Amino acid sequence: MMSTGNNELLSVKNLQVVYTSDGVPIHAVNGVTFSLEKGKTLGLVGETGAGKTSIAKAILGVLPEFSTKSCAGEICFQGTDLLSLKERQMAEMRGRDIAMIFQDPMTALNPVMTVGDQIAEGIRIHNKVGKKKAREMAEAMLEMVGIPAGRYKDYPHQFSGGMKQRVVIAIALSCRPTLLLADEPTTALDVTIQAQVLEMIVKLRDEMGMSMIMITHDLGVVAEVCDYVAVVYAGEVVEYGTLSEIYHNPAHPYTQGLFGALPDISVETERLHSIQGMPPDPSHLPEGCKFAPRCPHATDACRSGEVGLENCGGTHTCRCLRAKEEG
Amino acid sequence: MARGKAVAEEKKVGNGTLVLKRLMKNPNAVIGLIILVIIVLMAIFANAIAPYGYAEINVPDRLQTPSLKHFFGTDEMGRDLFSRIVYGARDTLKLSLGTVVFGTGMGIVLGSIAGYFGGWVDNLIMRILDVISAIPGILMAICISAVLGGGLIPTIFALGAGGIPGSARILRAQMISVREQEFVEAATSINASKLRIIAKHVFPNSMSPLIVSASMSLANAIIAASSLSFIGLGVQPPNPEWGALLAAGRSQIRDYPHLVMLPGVVIMLTVLAFNLLGDGLRDALDPKLKK
Amino acid sequence: MIRYIGKRLLQMIPVVVCVAILIFTIMYFVPGDPAEIILGVTATTQEKEAVRESLGLNQPYVVRLADFLRDTFLRFDLGTSYIDGTSVLKNIMARLPYTLIISVGSMAFAMVVGIILGTIAALNQNGIADRLCMILALIGVSMPGFWLALMLVIWLALQHNILPSYGAGSIKHFIMPWIAAALPELARLARQARSSMLEVIHSDFVTTAKAKGVKKWNVVFKHELPNAMIPIITTIGAGLAHGMGGALVIESVFSIPGLGLYITNSINNRDYPAVQGTIVFFSIVFSVIMLLVDLAYAAVDPRIKAAFSGSAQKRKKVKAAVSEEKENGGER
Repeated sequence: MMSTGNNELLSVKNLQVVYTSDGVPIHAVNGVTFSLEKGKTLGLVGETGAGKTSIAKAILGVLPEFSTKSCAGEICFQGTDLLSLKERQMAEMRGRDIAMIFQDPMTALNPVMTVGDQIAEGIRIHNKVGKKKAREMAEAMLEMVGIPAGRYKDYPHQFSGGMKQRVVIAIALSCRPTLLLADEPTTALDVTIQAQVLEMIVKLRDEMGMSMIMITHDLGVVAEVCDYVAVVYAGEVVEYGTLSEIYHNPAHPYTQGLFGALPDISVETERLHSIQGMPPDPSHLPEGCKFAPRCPHATDACRSGEVGLENCGGTHTCRCLRAKEEG
Repeated sequence: MARGKAVAEEKKVGNGTLVLKRLMKNPNAVIGLIILVIIVLMAIFANAIAPYGYAEINVPDRLQTPSLKHFFGTDEMGRDLFSRIVYGARDTLKLSLGTVVFGTGMGIVLGSIAGYFGGWVDNLIMRILDVISAIPGILMAICISAVLGGGLIPTIFALGAGGIPGSARILRAQMISVREQEFVEAATSINASKLRIIAKHVFPNSMSPLIVSASMSLANAIIAASSLSFIGLGVQPPNPEWGALLAAGRSQIRDYPHLVMLPGVVIMLTVLAFNLLGDGLRDALDPKLKK
Repeated sequence: MIRYIGKRLLQMIPVVVCVAILIFTIMYFVPGDPAEIILGVTATTQEKEAVRESLGLNQPYVVRLADFLRDTFLRFDLGTSYIDGTSVLKNIMARLPYTLIISVGSMAFAMVVGIILGTIAALNQNGIADRLCMILALIGVSMPGFWLALMLVIWLALQHNILPSYGAGSIKHFIMPWIAAALPELARLARQARSSMLEVIHSDFVTTAKAKGVKKWNVVFKHELPNAMIPIITTIGAGLAHGMGGALVIESVFSIPGLGLYITNSINNRDYPAVQGTIVFFSIVFSVIMLLVDLAYAAVDPRIKAAFSGSAQKRKKVKAAVSEEKENGGER
């Protein structure tokens, strides 16, 4: 598969991920399409359970083996379709070309292995270096994320949450990947640590010239680090555009709702706005627009047929019948 | 891990009918249950089912291989093996149930006392239980059997003693975790009986681990009882306890292997049934663990 | 670490002494007159009285207990046999090698095969290999080891004449005892290994390892198995107790002159000092094994190791956390 532009690093087309739980199919990702240019950062925004993490794990090929029923579509990375690669070939790319920072540093580290060895492990696999050299490189990585190299031989239980997340970041960046997938890297941390860690990720991203997909539900984080934004709802991208397009001109009622839920300290309000209702059950998705049951503007037309992505000018697209009318 | 959540979960699923429903959906557990029902019925209606008495000697028919007249053949005194196995179900079931009731019962009492009073009482009881668990179960059983002699009741004591520490620890842990909770303090402050409140919260929470451990202990008790009979302790001949049948059949192993094979198969099926049921109960009582 | 081992050994002493007291007390109530056992029914009252006097049997309970404890723990003397007047400890030592060969051999066999089977089952969760392993394991835990021994005798010794049916002369004699003693523990371990592997397989750190590009089997050996070992070690510990008991009974099937046969013969001969001595001896061995199991935890889990070298307070916390994990994690 040829890439469409020289600058395109990753293009995901019609990605579908289905899990199974006790035989019941769960549609986590339903035809997600987006692309990412070299050196840019895309934010995947949405509620918990919208399928953001599944998208990232599908790109990296680390979906849970036993519960994943199918993963279909096309994930084109530097001209190769990752989904058609053999497991052995994919393993070579993991960590070297694409790396991932996980959400919960408390569980993301192997409790019975020293943090240094966990960093060095990936370095040894991809750089084909000896034990000693790998150790030196791992120590350098520790220093880079602000941990003294002397703690190489410490175990994860000797670290605080923020420190553990730094180790996770060091593991992810140890082989200088081209693409970094950051899955809510600050959510599980104390508020005071969040900013520090985020700042460090951005700094290292810029130093290494990486592209990044930032998964988050925090619109503040998106505004700080992203060039493009994809809003994900019930396993679909409902709106996509540049940061300013989405922030200044949100077209989808869900996106508007998300921004409505942000407190505006300049206006005095009794209580925060919230989006009514709950996200749909991924094992019983509604027909038509998946947001229709919660949408204040929903009509019969919304509930009857699939709603496609409509262009709203520039790179801005939106999956809403109203956007089409207005646009 | 999420201890609080686990406790809450347990309370929610403490509902008997729900557990039963889940259990019935598990084919393995149903198979186990069916085997057990057959064996229990066999024990209850042994008089009607067994074609001969368990001690009925019939010398002309001695040492026969299985036939229509004697389904499982006969032993060296011409006793019908099938009838002996059917009657033996009584001894085996009484033994294993007795063992678990004694072991778990003592464990509940001692564990509750230790957990409720705490302090030196707790210390004393737990140290004694530590000592008991430092002796391998079968040796404890051998020791007690040697003193109390053969027979059903002594064997129950002998085998049950080893089961006390396990259930005592379950109860004690529950008791302590409930005792320290604030609502107990609150309840005592309005003059409610502390003991009653604790009992009301401890027992439902201890039920599921106790039920699971009891059904597994039943399986182990049958094996332990048969081992004990096999080395000549425990229930004595002419009682047709299954382990005793195995021990008796051993002398004829060269020419009449069915005398050893068949009782063993029955033991295995029964133990298998208890294990299947135990696995099923564990999954039904704590669906979180089911993968 | 060494300080911890020393501390644990010290803590073991009161438990072992209490075990000895308990066994002595139970055996104190054993029916029958030792003098008559020693001399036979034909002995005169005077002869019996003389024997009682010389053995200190007419002393009160407390004095006899004190003598027993002194002999056992200070003189390492487990008493003399009623039947032939030989030293019980000497007898035990002469028979111990056979019991060790059977129990160590079968346990090693059970550990290797059990963990491999459980791991294969977990990696093929709900597949054919998984179903097959688990059916085998379920049958294994449901079978009395000594009955399996009898079946093996019928099949391999009597019908096919491949292996000798009794005795302890060569390695061939031990093959059936090993299999029979190992199978129940092997099955238990396979079940535990499967359930703790399943728990670990779904952990986040396994995904992290995969995301680093670690190859499948390296993930299994370097990340999954080491983490699954903690509950498996617990099962091994319990299995050693079970297995030792099973080995005792199996010895009597194959007429192997180990401690199992010694204890059963002693019971039949009402040679109670021998029974008592053997049980006390076993309990001491068992306590040492349990200490080794505890140390094995520290070897596989740095959290536990840290707690061992740390304060008692911290140790309690970690132990609670680990036992909670065990509770949530699987088989009992």
